[in-house]
Amino acid sequence: MKRRDFFKQTLPASVTLPALLNGFSVKAFTGASPLVRALMATDTDKVLVMIQLNGGNDGLNMVIPIEIYRDYYNARSNIAIAQNKILPLNGTSKTGLHPSMTGIQTLYNENKVAIVQAVGYDRPNFSHFRATDIWMSASDSEQVLYSGWIGRYLNLEFPNFPFGYPTAQMPDPLAIQIGSVASLASQGPSFPMGMTISDPSTFYDYLDNVNDPVPATPWGKELEYIRMIMGQTEAYGNVIRAAAAKVTSQGSYPSNNDLAQQLRIVARLVKGGLKTRVYMVSTGGFDTHSSQVDTADTTVGTHAKLMARVSDAIKCFMDDLKGLGVEDRVIGMTFSEFGRRIKSNGSYGTDHGAAAPVILFGKNIRGGIIGTNPTISSNARLNDNVPYQYDFRSIYASILRQWFCVNDADLKTVLLRDFPNIPLVINPACGATGIDDVRNDGEQLIINYPNPFVERTTITFNTKGGHTLVQVLDTMGRVIRVLTDKVYTSGTYTVTFDGYGLPLGVYYARFQNGATQQVRPMLKTR
Amino acid sequence: MDRREFFTLKRRAKATSPKPYAGLRQIYSGLAPYSGPWTEKEVIHLLKRTMFGAKRADIEHFKNMSLSQAVDELLNVPTSLPAPPVKNYDNADIDATDGDYTVAQGATWVNTISKDPGANIRRMNSLKCWWIGNMINQDRSIREKMILFWHNHWTTESTMYDEIGTYGYRYHNLLCESAVGNFKKLVKDMTLNVAMLRYLNGYLNTYTAPDENYARELQELFTLGKENNPNYTEDDVMTAARVLTGWRIKPEDESVYFKPQDHDKNSKTFSSFYNGAVIAGRSDATGGEAELDDLINMIFTKSVEVSEFIVKKLYTWFVYYTIEPDTITNVIKPLARQFRDSGWEIKPVLATLLKSEHFFDPNSQGCLIKSPLDMIVMLMREFDVAMPAASDYVNYYNMLEFLHNQSVLMQQNIGDPPGVSGWPAYYQLPQFYEMWINHDTVPKRARFIETMLMRGYMRDNVKLIIDPVAFTKNSWPQALARDPNLLIDAIVEVLYRVPLSATVKAKLKGEILLSGQVQDYYWSDEYDKLYNTPGDMAAYNTVATRLQTLFLRLMNLAEYQLA
Repeated sequence: MKRRDFFKQTLPASVTLPALLNGFSVKAFTGASPLVRALMATDTDKVLVMIQLNGGNDGLNMVIPIEIYRDYYNARSNIAIAQNKILPLNGTSKTGLHPSMTGIQTLYNENKVAIVQAVGYDRPNFSHFRATDIWMSASDSEQVLYSGWIGRYLNLEFPNFPFGYPTAQMPDPLAIQIGSVASLASQGPSFPMGMTISDPSTFYDYLDNVNDPVPATPWGKELEYIRMIMGQTEAYGNVIRAAAAKVTSQGSYPSNNDLAQQLRIVARLVKGGLKTRVYMVSTGGFDTHSSQVDTADTTVGTHAKLMARVSDAIKCFMDDLKGLGVEDRVIGMTFSEFGRRIKSNGSYGTDHGAAAPVILFGKNIRGGIIGTNPTISSNARLNDNVPYQYDFRSIYASILRQWFCVNDADLKTVLLRDFPNIPLVINPACGATGIDDVRNDGEQLIINYPNPFVERTTITFNTKGGHTLVQVLDTMGRVIRVLTDKVYTSGTYTVTFDGYGLPLGVYYARFQNGATQQVRPMLKTR
Repeated sequence: MDRREFFTLKRRAKATSPKPYAGLRQIYSGLAPYSGPWTEKEVIHLLKRTMFGAKRADIEHFKNMSLSQAVDELLNVPTSLPAPPVKNYDNADIDATDGDYTVAQGATWVNTISKDPGANIRRMNSLKCWWIGNMINQDRSIREKMILFWHNHWTTESTMYDEIGTYGYRYHNLLCESAVGNFKKLVKDMTLNVAMLRYLNGYLNTYTAPDENYARELQELFTLGKENNPNYTEDDVMTAARVLTGWRIKPEDESVYFKPQDHDKNSKTFSSFYNGAVIAGRSDATGGEAELDDLINMIFTKSVEVSEFIVKKLYTWFVYYTIEPDTITNVIKPLARQFRDSGWEIKPVLATLLKSEHFFDPNSQGCLIKSPLDMIVMLMREFDVAMPAASDYVNYYNMLEFLHNQSVLMQQNIGDPPGVSGWPAYYQLPQFYEMWINHDTVPKRARFIETMLMRGYMRDNVKLIIDPVAFTKNSWPQALARDPNLLIDAIVEVLYRVPLSATVKAKLKGEILLSGQVQDYYWSDEYDKLYNTPGDMAAYNTVATRLQTLFLRLMNLAEYQLA
């Protein structure tokens, strides 16, 4: 029995659990009793690796919509990848990969990669640092959170951290960021929950400090913070060094690939036995406003190098995990603060955009493509954006529930709302997930007629029953109408979209039924 | 979860919203001139915030003036530029036809255009070293702190403009000339600066395919900020990009010029945020500049937003990162008003802030975590670490390169901030300055301190090392330094901005200066020998190793990281 299950079953009523986990009572409780604190944390050896692609990755040139190649080409002819260069994927003729991503292609064909199409959120933000904060904190577009989703998850599992840590049950850092800059993702409600390192073998032994007490002033706050980090560095330095020292041979990683070098450290620490649950790595250069391809050959140039860097690094990492015998324990995902505009600019580049695909990898990932190719209108305009099919927090929710066995009530405290699970991961310990398989490749669940339309159009959708949502988004990704949002019995229904007074152009009807999501483009004309 | 932890941007606009973090600052003072004590303590606070560290000679200089005179002197920045960076590298692998090839070693390269990538990498390295050298050799003014402030604000990354040295130098020049100048003028100058034009793709921005990179950051990061409600719209970003079309860089002489053929000649209509302002399209050779002026004037009609955004940034740079409602009312808003009323002059705003009760409030002191450059340059200056003369350029640049590399390791690569928003320590909620301190950078800081104190950095027989005896002798008279209690008090006062308890001081004295003895005269006798028997190497070593250990202990405590 898992510790958490035991804890739950000994509670008199399940209703009290969310309140306990949510509020101060658990904190007070666990503060008094180390035993209960030990019972709190889920016993798991699973690891998540987050790969941040800094700058806004061009998803349309990474995961290429072959089925609408002509529209894709027309929208970005100066940077489009030639159709015969696109890497095919087993089992689909509709979607392919950037020619540099042979490593991901291989993993996909081995059923170790899932690609989630058009991941984003309502009212996308186009600023690098705000959009990054949104992804890290898992907030709504206009909500400002000062903690990260990983930090909140870890805070739920280890509510007293950093006080009293390391403990016998959790002797290792909760999360490790490779690099030298901590990210908002691992920021807990009050304290950073993660640790930042660039080289596992070098730590500094602090002198035996004699510390004065700290007053409640701004300098007192800063002093306490620096002391805490110094203390943790000392406390965790030894366990990390020891873990790193246990692993004496690893697979090969290209030396000129900074992402591969970071993942190499991750593999080493996982194999070395750290119980650390989350690793974060990042790589930059994705802000390709100009010269993202060579003018003579669009399959080479800046973006091609970036795609190769990501793909090669993940492939080496997966090979190494296999060689080290820990591939069962690790999954990973890539993300970027936003995708880029559908239409390219005159500088052989692309400006800030909206939704983009996310790649998940690991032996225990349910491989395949989730969702449909983004729609591109045949005469794409400058500010057309890829509308989102999947909220990025659905992926977080799916990982937390299906990989870390976080229950629904706790999920809501971490992600602040309910987000539909997508079947992405296999961890038998988390039990049957009862989630629909949404690889609905080809099945049309939402259509509209007439299309193009002048003022009104009728939208017909096919629900399997349960909660069903139909929204209309504009090309900037903003939700402008909610046509229905309620529980249905299974069947086919219609709703009407009245576009009176709206500017002419493309709109998207977004259908969501449980985990199933689809987007239908609609054109308003004169 | 703490309810205060999340709230929306809209709610944030209300000044009464509680800050969800660091809610322990109770500060109510405003901009009234500070009239409290003006002692070494206050001088050191002022110097650590406005210069890189409080050097003994500077403390002595300023403490004999009034606060007002001291601030005026700090703001009276020199009009001349520092002597330019020089060629500290040889011609290996540089194309013999390239302009750089003929520049003599030791002479400046800034007036010679180079197209050779290898030469430019070395030029950029020379520029970065030189920049740090300027900080170390700064005169008694706020200029270097403001250059770094503006570099963090008007970010450019040299790797994004191919490390072209002359671009970097012209960018630095502009920051230097504008350090305490007119902000509105700087907006225009920076828009047309060659490095910025290249960095944010202005030079590619064309009528047929507008590139909105600069237009966005001009509003989001440089003038208005993201937090206004209402604020500029996505359409405003694209419209501003159209206004800015047509600026180009001439490869032959790297001059910036306007090419009407590439400019969008249609009129440009902005959103209701700008009251639907229309910028008339122009097609003649002066059209680009005229439209740019219109655009800047339009942005500056949002004068409250612009002034408060810049004043908050200055506040975060010089005071602290928590800005609670009282401080908005007592400091930010009146300073912003002064900024607008002065026609966007920076100097009067800084004068008011630096002379204010608020700046000298105990809650404003000691709470700034040193950036890597703060820590490194402060250490170099406060300990007066001996450097080779600038004329000995090879060794001089070698030493600066070591310091630059240390700063890079600690996450501050001057000339190459991590992104267009600058360094996260100045914007990333909720941690701000704390971003500098993590499990990776803290050991690096400690190792740097240890190197500088214990072993020194040696290259080509030139050594960079703190001389603890010379520092102590030059800083304090014998009568003070021979008393271990007074000496520790004096050292703590200059190295720390926060108090150290009598218990800890006693422990340091007993364990280090007295080597476990209890009588103070053990230290006094040894120290006196420095003066009485100057050739006595054994006595010298006794004093030197104890001072070294004392400094190491003090600088390894968390307190040393605060300014």
